[in-house]
Amino acid sequence: MIDSNPFAELAAFISPTAMQAYVVLMVVLVAVGTILDMLHKKSGQYFFENARRAKRNATRTLSSGEKGALALKTLGKEVLTSGEFNNPKRRISHLLTMYGFIIFVVTTAILIFAYPTPDDPAPTVVPLLWHLGAAMLAFGGYWFWFSIRVDVASEGVKWYQLNGRGDLFIVGLLGMATFALLWSFTRDVDTLGTLFFVLFVAFSTLLFGSVYWSKFAHMFFKPAAAFQKRVIKADGSRENMPAVYDPSDPDVQARFPDVPAYMGPNPPNMGLGIKREAPSHF
Amino acid sequence: MPTFVYMTRCDGCGYCVDICPSDIMHIDKVTRRAYNIEPNMCWECYSCVKACPMDAIDVRGYAEFAPLGHSVRVRRDEEKGVIAWRIKFRNGEKDMELLAPITTKPWGKHIPQLADVPAPSQAMRDSQLLFNEPKYIRLDEGDLHTLASNGLVMKEGVYY
Repeated sequence: MIDSNPFAELAAFISPTAMQAYVVLMVVLVAVGTILDMLHKKSGQYFFENARRAKRNATRTLSSGEKGALALKTLGKEVLTSGEFNNPKRRISHLLTMYGFIIFVVTTAILIFAYPTPDDPAPTVVPLLWHLGAAMLAFGGYWFWFSIRVDVASEGVKWYQLNGRGDLFIVGLLGMATFALLWSFTRDVDTLGTLFFVLFVAFSTLLFGSVYWSKFAHMFFKPAAAFQKRVIKADGSRENMPAVYDPSDPDVQARFPDVPAYMGPNPPNMGLGIKREAPSHF
Repeated sequence: MPTFVYMTRCDGCGYCVDICPSDIMHIDKVTRRAYNIEPNMCWECYSCVKACPMDAIDVRGYAEFAPLGHSVRVRRDEEKGVIAWRIKFRNGEKDMELLAPITTKPWGKHIPQLADVPAPSQAMRDSQLLFNEPKYIRLDEGDLHTLASNGLVMKEGVYY
């Protein structure tokens, strides 16, 4: 079951062209939603104004090589490994959801565009990955919904309470992944299979059609903001932040004589501070 | 000077919500970012400012105190044990940086590791004393701990 292409079987009822047109429509909806979101929130304008201000306050100019290195670091930390999350549970849940979504969407496109009919069977690995992606997405999403979102330290929302716009994205993701799996497993059961397929399409449309109102566009904005944050640190503009001082540096000690008075000439490693003990809320 | 959150820096981790003694740091349910729901009720303890791992929380000066307006930005470095503040007035006349130790002792050395502390007994639960009253902070036997009984002298900026 999980090694066969569900869309190829579907081709008996829905033409591959219609399926491909639906995928293209979803891509268009995402693009339009993101552009509208940018125009409405003026996030693009804010970002460029912020970058200009940072450039004015910069104490040094970054070479293109340095910028490239910062982009690579951003890619490695904030984009690929979600390293900015301090809560490991939230980070793992986010990574599962993110990679699940990417695997699911890419394999869906491959299955629909490259292997649309049963005459041209997809390599086993592709449908396997499609199911794996949906399962990762569902696992990460339900973890967030039933454990992280209900935690009073983060949002403290009961699992049965919907918060409208705030939850559009996660509801769309969860509905799409869950009903995709259920449809795949009940393909042989006529009514149930059809019902789950209709729900799968409905939630997919909700997810990709609600970009303007949901949190979907964060996947485009987040890397840009993370890169900018690294740039302001490297070029000295610092966004009004204080410098990162080394209290063992004699110059720093001369400027702030309180510090050696309290901590001695060689301040010890102070440990993890607030991170030393995970908060327990239950 | 009550606190506020820079939305572009906050990642909604909830550390400020966890630490705020007056329970006014909340997570916005739509944006999933922290915010101070009642700045007028802020005790200005700056626990949230110090706890925020994203440097997303800063403080806002009152108009009568700082008529020109100013920005206060905070960065803390736990490994180095310091917290730095930068105050910048809007007209650029005052731009100063301050540096202070977060604590004078490494974390856990003189501060009890709460995870390792036994759960409170029924007698403790029934007592009028709070868990962090000197009697309960003392993990060994004996009388109440005081600075004098521990051979300590009160010193500004030191966390006992």
